Amino acid sequence: MSDDIILEASGLSKRFGGFDAVGGVDIKVRRGSIHALIGPNGAGKTTCFNLLTKFHQPTAGQIRFDGRDITSLAPADVALAGLVRSFQISAVFGEMSVLENVRIALQRRHRGSSFDFWRTERTLRSLDGKAAHLIEAVGLASHISRRAGELSYGRKRALEIATTLALDPKMLLLDEPMAGMGHEDIDRTAELIRTVSTDRTILMVEHNLSVVSSLSDRITVLSRGKVLAEGAYADVSTDPRVVEAYIGVPHA
Amino acid sequence: MNAATTATNTVTSGRALAGQAPGLLHEDAGEGRGQGIALIALAAALVAAPFLVYPVFVMKLLCFALFACAFNLLLGFGGLLSIGHALFFGFASYTSAHASKAWGLTPELSIAAGTLVAAALGLLVGSLAIRRQGIYLAMITLALAQMGYFVALQAPFTGGEDGIQGVPRGALLGVLDVSSDFSLYWLVAGLFMAGILCMRRIVHSPFGQVLKAIRDNEPRMVSLGYKVDRYKLLVFVLSAALSGLAGAMKALVFQFASLVDVYWTMSGEVILMTLIGGVGTILGPIVGAAVIVSAQSYLSSLGAWVVVAQGAIFVACVVLFRKGIVGTLADRLGRPL
Repeated sequence: MSDDIILEASGLSKRFGGFDAVGGVDIKVRRGSIHALIGPNGAGKTTCFNLLTKFHQPTAGQIRFDGRDITSLAPADVALAGLVRSFQISAVFGEMSVLENVRIALQRRHRGSSFDFWRTERTLRSLDGKAAHLIEAVGLASHISRRAGELSYGRKRALEIATTLALDPKMLLLDEPMAGMGHEDIDRTAELIRTVSTDRTILMVEHNLSVVSSLSDRITVLSRGKVLAEGAYADVSTDPRVVEAYIGVPHA
Repeated sequence: MNAATTATNTVTSGRALAGQAPGLLHEDAGEGRGQGIALIALAAALVAAPFLVYPVFVMKLLCFALFACAFNLLLGFGGLLSIGHALFFGFASYTSAHASKAWGLTPELSIAAGTLVAAALGLLVGSLAIRRQGIYLAMITLALAQMGYFVALQAPFTGGEDGIQGVPRGALLGVLDVSSDFSLYWLVAGLFMAGILCMRRIVHSPFGQVLKAIRDNEPRMVSLGYKVDRYKLLVFVLSAALSGLAGAMKALVFQFASLVDVYWTMSGEVILMTLIGGVGTILGPIVGAAVIVSAQSYLSSLGAWVVVAQGAIFVACVVLFRKGIVGTLADRLGRPL
């Protein structure tokens, strides 16, 4: 694998009041890889995500994405630069149909920030074909006209991925894509992530370690807002510090 | 402040209501029939009304109905609660009255001037208010609107406590005399219908889709690269402008612009109308305005008790029609109205 780094954060820190949620995290993600961010509860994984996508402004540190400093960009601009995130709670538009969910992302990509309130929404139908294609790719073709809020949890996640892919991002940040899923959903979603990753970079936070071990090329372990270890799964999982952080200190 | 506080409580449910159209693949498939029929019926009623009812009463109703619809564009479709919409309604009213009386402008120009002033005020208030959310946004609009009220009270051109009286209606395009109630009616009815169709288009436009999605899940829209504040600001300005259109017409209908229209109770009344009719429906606010305006006018013999009657109507609506009269009806029919 090449040493081409697509996302690099250095000294990334976030302080909430007197609490260092994230304290000086360095992370490098190789282009085209699946990189996992793991760690016990409260390790600062989600905060890291929020910082990388600029939903929170870092207290200190620098973020470079695809050769460009994005530290001071607004979150919407980060998305436009090609770094798109998902959320821990599934982020679909519950009141809209599956088709409309994907189409709203296509609308952003193909029509830009247009404010055309005088046109009929029928003009959006030109995007329906592309939307249907993406929906089919995540296995939701038979649910295309259903209200997104009615979908099962796993299908919501699939829809969310289809919506994210509609932006054709260079890199995806998935926040706990498997959280709260049953077995079949986990397998299906893992397969989907693998398919998606063929021409994209993925950084994901995930608790399900079997998923992490089978999917990811590289793993960063966070604990108490700091990087504890980094490397391939086999190395990281046997690192005594990681075992300690997850299971606790063995009694003497 | 009762109306205002109740309304804030309903904001969250209002957001939910607005999108609760049945799960159609394309909203406009439903828009086509249910709303189409209702709008044709509305147009027919507008044509028949001046022959059956006192035209000034109908015009008053239309002005408030348009105002309520404009407010609903912001609350029901934009998910933003303003408690300061009287500012746009009232200042448009002053502007068109002043333009017509002091500058001798023709009615269409006076109305256009009022609408423009309201849009400009909407841009000002909106750009400050949308930086905050929920109750804070509402409080900023209220505060700014009350500052506007103070200006209206003190500024020389508004006439203070007296208002602007004896506003001439003039002649449309300088040719068509609209000084009689009957002839002015057609201008008001035409602009009213244009305003309603305009709002229906906004709701069912690509922009309307974005608004709907922002109301549904704002952080997700940000993560998809949408600059949500700009969309919120635009819907705020559009709502203010259409409220202005209503206020500007009202000044010509009554040939009078007064402090009543800029006071916060007017902002409260428009919230009441919208909630009674059904937030997030195209036709609901029209029905809500009809209920309130009729109650005020037919129950005026009750004197101060009319407020109590209004309160009773509101309570009855909340208990019987939780989504407003039209909202509940739309649910029964299973299509958006």
